[in-house]
Amino acid sequence: MRHLKAINRKAARVEEYVAQLGKAAPQDTPQPESADVVALQRGGPPQQPDAGPHVPMGCSLVFSPGWEADRTGGTAGLCQPVERDLFDCHVGCYWPAQVPDQLNHAPDWTTKCAAAQKDWRKIDLVFP
Amino acid sequence: MLLTAQEHHRFKAAGRPFLYLVPSAAIFALDDLADALLNALVERPRSREELTAKLSVVHDPDEIEESIDELIRLRAVGESLPPRPMPKILPMKEFPLTTMVLNVTNQCNLACTYCYEYGEDKIVDTENGKKPKFMTIETARQSVEFMLKESGDNEVAHLTFFGGETLMNFPVLKETIAYARRRAVEVGKEVDFSLTTNATLLRPEIIEFLVENDVGVTISIYGPKDMQDKFRVFHNGAGSYDVVAPKIKSLLQQHRKKPVAARVTLTSPTLDVRRIYRHLTEEFGFREIGFAPVTTAPGREYTIEEAGFDQMLAQFRDLAFEFLESAVQNRHHGFSNVKETLEEIHKGMSKAYPCGAGLGLMGVATDGDVALCHRFAGSDAHKFGTVATGIDRAAQSAFLDRHHLADKTDCSTCWARPVCSGGCYHEAHTRYGDTARPNLHYCEWIRGWTDICLQIYGELSERNPAFLERFDQEPPERVA
Repeated sequence: MRHLKAINRKAARVEEYVAQLGKAAPQDTPQPESADVVALQRGGPPQQPDAGPHVPMGCSLVFSPGWEADRTGGTAGLCQPVERDLFDCHVGCYWPAQVPDQLNHAPDWTTKCAAAQKDWRKIDLVFP
Repeated sequence: MLLTAQEHHRFKAAGRPFLYLVPSAAIFALDDLADALLNALVERPRSREELTAKLSVVHDPDEIEESIDELIRLRAVGESLPPRPMPKILPMKEFPLTTMVLNVTNQCNLACTYCYEYGEDKIVDTENGKKPKFMTIETARQSVEFMLKESGDNEVAHLTFFGGETLMNFPVLKETIAYARRRAVEVGKEVDFSLTTNATLLRPEIIEFLVENDVGVTISIYGPKDMQDKFRVFHNGAGSYDVVAPKIKSLLQQHRKKPVAARVTLTSPTLDVRRIYRHLTEEFGFREIGFAPVTTAPGREYTIEEAGFDQMLAQFRDLAFEFLESAVQNRHHGFSNVKETLEEIHKGMSKAYPCGAGLGLMGVATDGDVALCHRFAGSDAHKFGTVATGIDRAAQSAFLDRHHLADKTDCSTCWARPVCSGGCYHEAHTRYGDTARPNLHYCEWIRGWTDICLQIYGELSERNPAFLERFDQEPPERVA
């Protein structure tokens, strides 16, 4: 901290505690209202050590850095391939609206896509 | 989103602003920007944008943002939410006893008019009551066993002898110390001894015994002859100064290992704190002087009323700043009130209870009844068991539940509550007839005194921080 300096022993402990919180969530101290969105946070704040990470891998809810563009603005260094995100929504996500409904509406949506890494461009847009 | 300043107290020391957070009792030094932000938020809640607009004339906008973030992280500033109720966390069960105060007699050879034990506000009828006048050695031995057992896993137990006039039962005191030493070795603990006395009975052989046995001594005294003789009188009305003065000097000359402390009860007609301090340090050579305003019901001849508290505060302030100048130069100063408060401030103590009474400290009456503290020893209404049967844990739990700071609504908006926690149970009992009531008659005095001590602390943190490190060792609890 640059504008406040801890003076007594309790202040040093408060500062230490706040620094720990800061590591868990780089922004402001989480307010109770927003604390239920834990996303990729590793470990909970000190008072709730059991709040483990809830990680919907690849889902756009995550807003992982590098999902659309890498840090240079290109796509060569993406941290997760976009195609993986597609299939994760399709297979594991509780929010099926992001991909076509393969059970009822578009059963053949991925038939041309044998290997997603290679063939993802063959997936068509689906209009309901 | 509107930001609000959360509960705090600000003070200036060594020319810079400081922040005391409530209820955590953490202290931070502020730069001008953080101070200005808090000023703006104390006026009224404001948004970030408004704060930036207001302060960017003088300060850099990025710095303002950063400072707001820091204040938010420390919860000195937050959203305008309704205040959260104070959590009521009760102490662990079977709290170990650290200090046992043994009232070896309820008799006294002096008749000080303001005395809480005998004066107009006494709790226990010692003249005609059922309590024996002197504790027997059997009860004293039983008390030692009680203390060793109830001290739990603690390695050290503190045994304080009290009265009445403690030395009126010197034979039992002497034998108790010998017994406690032997038993402590047998159970693998240490016992440390102290007593409070009015000094009238300090014969040479008693002084020798106290020195040899390393017994800490606190002398109840008023100070200069005119003051001492006004209130601290024998039953025939004769003043006690000429009797105690040579005895105290002799004790102070011989008792070098442990500091001999003076304990002064201040009453309204003799509020000259500095004169008393000078007399006790220069004329007698006391190392430590502690002052406490007399405990009385309102309206007594010697009761300290509002104007008296103001006068006392001004004098405490002078002495406290004298203490500061000594501390800056690493010289000793014997004003122990300031030292005790500084220690609490240094540790950032935020108390749920005003003192250790009923928690780690208990008083034992002459018949072996255990009470909240020595001031209640012998009172059936404040009894926590007996030395024979042990601490009545149910009564203790009920007491701690009823006296928690969270239930003192008057205190919930006071910034000094981490230090005061409602004040002395005995004072509340005498003033309001209920130990659970906060002592509202001295709130201004407590806030004034806490502010002075915060200033001293802030000054020391800038001018001689090494001095504050000595508070990191734990001294035993004092009994007054």
